[in-house]
Amino acid sequence: MSELDTLQTQLLQQIENASTLADLDSVRVSALGKKGIITEKMKSLGAMAPEERKAAGQQFNAVKNALAEAIETKKQQLEEAEINARLAREAVDITLPARPEKQGRIHPLYQTYDEVVAIFGQMGFEVAEGPDIEDDFHNFTALNTPKNHPARQMQDTFYLNGEENGEKFIVRTQTSAVQIRTMEKQTPPVRVIVPGRTYRCDYDATHAPMFHQVEGLIVDKETNMAHLKGCLTEFVKTFFELDDVPVRFRPSFFPFTEPSAEMDIGCSRTGGELKIGVGNDWLEILGCGMVHPNVLKACHIDPDVYQGFAFGIGLDRLAMLKYAIPDLRMFFESDMRWIKHYGFVALDIPSTGSGLSMTGGNKR
Amino acid sequence: MKFTLSWLKDFLDTDAGADAIAERLTAIGLEVEEVIDPLAAIKNLIIVSVDECAPHPDSDHLHVLKVNTGKELLQIVCGAPNARAGMKGVLARPGDYIPAFGEKLKASKIRGVESCGMMCAEDELGIGPDHTGIIECPADAVVGASITTVYPSDPVFDVSVTPNRGDCMSVYGIARDLAASGLGTLKTPEIKPVSASFKTDVKLVNEAVETGAPFFTLREIKNVKNGPSPKWLQDRLAAVGLRPISALVDVTNYFNITFGRPLHVFDADKVKGQITVRSAKNGEKLLALDGREYTLSEGMVVIADENGVESIGGVMGGEISGCQDNTTRVLLESAYFEPESIAKTGQKLILTSDSRQRFERGIDPASTIGCGSELAAQMIMDLCGGECSEIIITGKEPEKPAPISFDPKRVKQLCGIDISASECRDILERLGCSVSVENEIFSVVRPTWRSDISGAHDLVEEILRIYGYDRLPALELPRPTGVHGILLPNQRREAAVRRALAGRGGYQTITWSFMASKDADLFRTADPVLIANPISADLNEMRPNLLPNLITAARSNIVKGMPDGCLFEIGPQFFGFKPMEQETVACLIRFGQNSPRHWAVPQRLVDVFDAKADVLAALDAAEAPQNVQITREAPAWYHPGRSGAIKIGKTVLAYFGEIHPKILKALDVKTAVCACEVFLDHLPPAKKKHGKGQKPLTLPSFTPILRDLAFLAPRTTEAEKIVSAAKNTDKTLITDVSVFDLYEGDALGDKKSIAIQLTIQPVEKTMTDEEIESVCRRVVGAVSAATGAVLRS
Repeated sequence: MSELDTLQTQLLQQIENASTLADLDSVRVSALGKKGIITEKMKSLGAMAPEERKAAGQQFNAVKNALAEAIETKKQQLEEAEINARLAREAVDITLPARPEKQGRIHPLYQTYDEVVAIFGQMGFEVAEGPDIEDDFHNFTALNTPKNHPARQMQDTFYLNGEENGEKFIVRTQTSAVQIRTMEKQTPPVRVIVPGRTYRCDYDATHAPMFHQVEGLIVDKETNMAHLKGCLTEFVKTFFELDDVPVRFRPSFFPFTEPSAEMDIGCSRTGGELKIGVGNDWLEILGCGMVHPNVLKACHIDPDVYQGFAFGIGLDRLAMLKYAIPDLRMFFESDMRWIKHYGFVALDIPSTGSGLSMTGGNKR
Repeated sequence: MKFTLSWLKDFLDTDAGADAIAERLTAIGLEVEEVIDPLAAIKNLIIVSVDECAPHPDSDHLHVLKVNTGKELLQIVCGAPNARAGMKGVLARPGDYIPAFGEKLKASKIRGVESCGMMCAEDELGIGPDHTGIIECPADAVVGASITTVYPSDPVFDVSVTPNRGDCMSVYGIARDLAASGLGTLKTPEIKPVSASFKTDVKLVNEAVETGAPFFTLREIKNVKNGPSPKWLQDRLAAVGLRPISALVDVTNYFNITFGRPLHVFDADKVKGQITVRSAKNGEKLLALDGREYTLSEGMVVIADENGVESIGGVMGGEISGCQDNTTRVLLESAYFEPESIAKTGQKLILTSDSRQRFERGIDPASTIGCGSELAAQMIMDLCGGECSEIIITGKEPEKPAPISFDPKRVKQLCGIDISASECRDILERLGCSVSVENEIFSVVRPTWRSDISGAHDLVEEILRIYGYDRLPALELPRPTGVHGILLPNQRREAAVRRALAGRGGYQTITWSFMASKDADLFRTADPVLIANPISADLNEMRPNLLPNLITAARSNIVKGMPDGCLFEIGPQFFGFKPMEQETVACLIRFGQNSPRHWAVPQRLVDVFDAKADVLAALDAAEAPQNVQITREAPAWYHPGRSGAIKIGKTVLAYFGEIHPKILKALDVKTAVCACEVFLDHLPPAKKKHGKGQKPLTLPSFTPILRDLAFLAPRTTEAEKIVSAAKNTDKTLITDVSVFDLYEGDALGDKKSIAIQLTIQPVEKTMTDEEIESVCRRVVGAVSAATGAVLRS
């Protein structure tokens, strides 16, 4: 074995033995650096005879290349080992909890509100609104409920202290008051829904002194009671997200509609569990009817030319029915456990395009 | 309105069963709330014969019976005075349900003697009023058979009658409506005038003919013998929840329920001198039949004699002139009172009665003489004997209803359903209307008992009601074409804020629009809006602010074991008692720690900067303008040093900050609370994002340069002053300025160190170091000039 072979073997051994990148680099410097053994040997080529120089040059280059290749291979190995060691050092317990983030809730009543708006919006209704404090005219008289009308006793009214020009004010017992305000401002055709707070002097397991209604109103020249039935049937089917919901219209009485009806939807109550859309039982869900001519007259609309329908739905009740919420009173208790459980995440925005419910992801 | 099936069948000839009748009632607008068969719950009870009846060894009134069930002999202890060997009765065995107890019977020992059941009385089973002894079954009753073999099933209907249907506040009226709908034939009782056998001495003056009592009659009946009414009548009244009193009183109740014909009977011997129907005088008092004393006022129609008021007309009679068991001479009152007058009186006195309910909905005025003065007088004579005077009549029956002109095409126009003119006419006539037709237009006179029918639309409802609401087709609602907004801009804004706040961890809540004045006092900026008839003293005022309800809600969550949280509400607050004196506020509070305990994230109490982040997020969601000012002008319920207002010009858009410790103490909250209130109605209209509202984006070609500058400034210097001075130095080149460090240690005395980072965006070419240095020097100069701060060396 030549001296050069021996040197190569020694240097390769040193490369192989290097345990760190620093060790490896000192081997590289000692062999291939400016003053390295191999470099020094290359310098000696100049003193050689041309024939000898060619052969020796090839030998030296072969050794140099072999060493460089070995160094590169070893370098990759050492780097790999180093990153592996670092990764091992850096490993953590990934079962530890993630950093806390905040996820709030939309109250189920407002989720329901958004759903109702989306559905009626598709049918061309706009959303109207009116004040919580009302005068007698808008809440009763214009709605064909004059003083001492027995229908006034159907509703226990909250009265306010204070008066202006002898008139006292109330908090509205029904969103129907906004029917009048809308028709005072807008000439037919009118097609609005009115969601809002309403108030009655009543408090027990099924009545709260404040609750929410959605009023609907159409006034034009052709909308009739069969349209009303079609409109509300479509609403309940869409709202409850069912292919079919049996619907029953029953005659009823509201001072501001004639003919008046109550609408029931088919349900089953087997085993104490309420299921909508199946079974032989009925569940009362809303009141409706054709706008009473006296109401139109009160808004200076000619009842011989214009007609239309109105309906009123309990929004709280809709929410309770759809989302199986047992107790109305809890709606207003601000209990965070309840809101967390029955509420909806912010991005769960109902739309008739993407589907009404179950589009917002999981709740945490 | 309650009645039994047998009662209904007195006036309706039909083979229909209870279920079919109930279904039809609901279908014609007489909503059946429930049908109860009192026998259903007790059908397990059986008929037994009493084989032996011996005295109880340890009691002077109890018996020990041996009763035969047909299968076995059982020992029963019984206290009824009519218990005796040889009789047949009704036995309840252990496990049987007893309605009066509301539970199942248990086997027991009574004074040491085993009793294997109970012999029952009617009232215990809810099938009659009798409680004088145990039931005595007929001799031919089958031992061992169910009680239903001796008591026929007679279900009780409970019908919810709407306020317009005074005519159906009677069994007869309901039968009439059912017959009109085609279910059965109406049986009308024959009214035979009762001939007068003497002339009464009673003097009657009606001063209220024009003021509430247009038609008022009295009839004297003398030599009557009062006492318990017959069993069938007592059973009927008991079945609908009325207590039988005496034959004379029971007759009036029977007529009220059967015919919707309120009546009153005075004991004629307790009435003194002339009887006057008149308006009450202010302050007059009456002890009424319900045992309460009422103070009357002008305008209420009363029936008075020389002793004073004896009865509140159409509402309730007086205790003193009421009939007793020893009454022998009565005055039977049958009248028509104006509905409005009765309603006013009843509302003022807060007095409800069966009579008021009917008068105020409107009774059939035509029933005054025939049904009232004749048929009822006959029934009194049938039950109590006696003889009748003539009828004293004051005023007169109201005018017959005016005809209504009705085009039957209105039905199609209003309801979208084809019902032929002849069918319309047929339905109206079945309902008791008289119809004449000229040129296809009907002239309809309503029956006297339907005062609710006043126009064509009412006739449409009547026709549809009898034709069947279930036959109404469902037509698709035609929709307007084209895209248009559903929500008003303010509603869209409110919806966006709602979702944004929920996205920031807020739990949306809904609290009452009212609250307690003592809490509202802490947040008052205007006179209180008080509720005259609050549901409780804690809910007596329309809220002037949303915060107190939310802070109280936080407290209740803390008490329930949730010490940290975030609640928000968007709703009205009130600054006046008139319509429109309200504004919509988005109000959010955080309380306790800002995050849960966590191994990597330290906890801290919520503070003003949480509130500031919330308020800015809400304003962004609402698309509020960016050029707002933040000032220290928050109201008194905020911590004065840790709160602010967000304004545009003089308009306050929002408040934010930590709640004042005094407020928290008053509301009994023991942790930190920060809050923001955003006045959504104060926001200027948002700019449109499409069309001209959208600015084009130009992306710079050069990389931005970041430079840090630290200043030493007086401690009172507001960071915003430094930031805006820096920004305004060169609005083109300096695209952002952020505060990244603040130090206020004692070592700096009355100074603080505040460090900002400039983002310098080269516009046309890359910048040299010298150019960048020049920008920084100008910023330092501007900040120093504006605030007195110096660059920290």
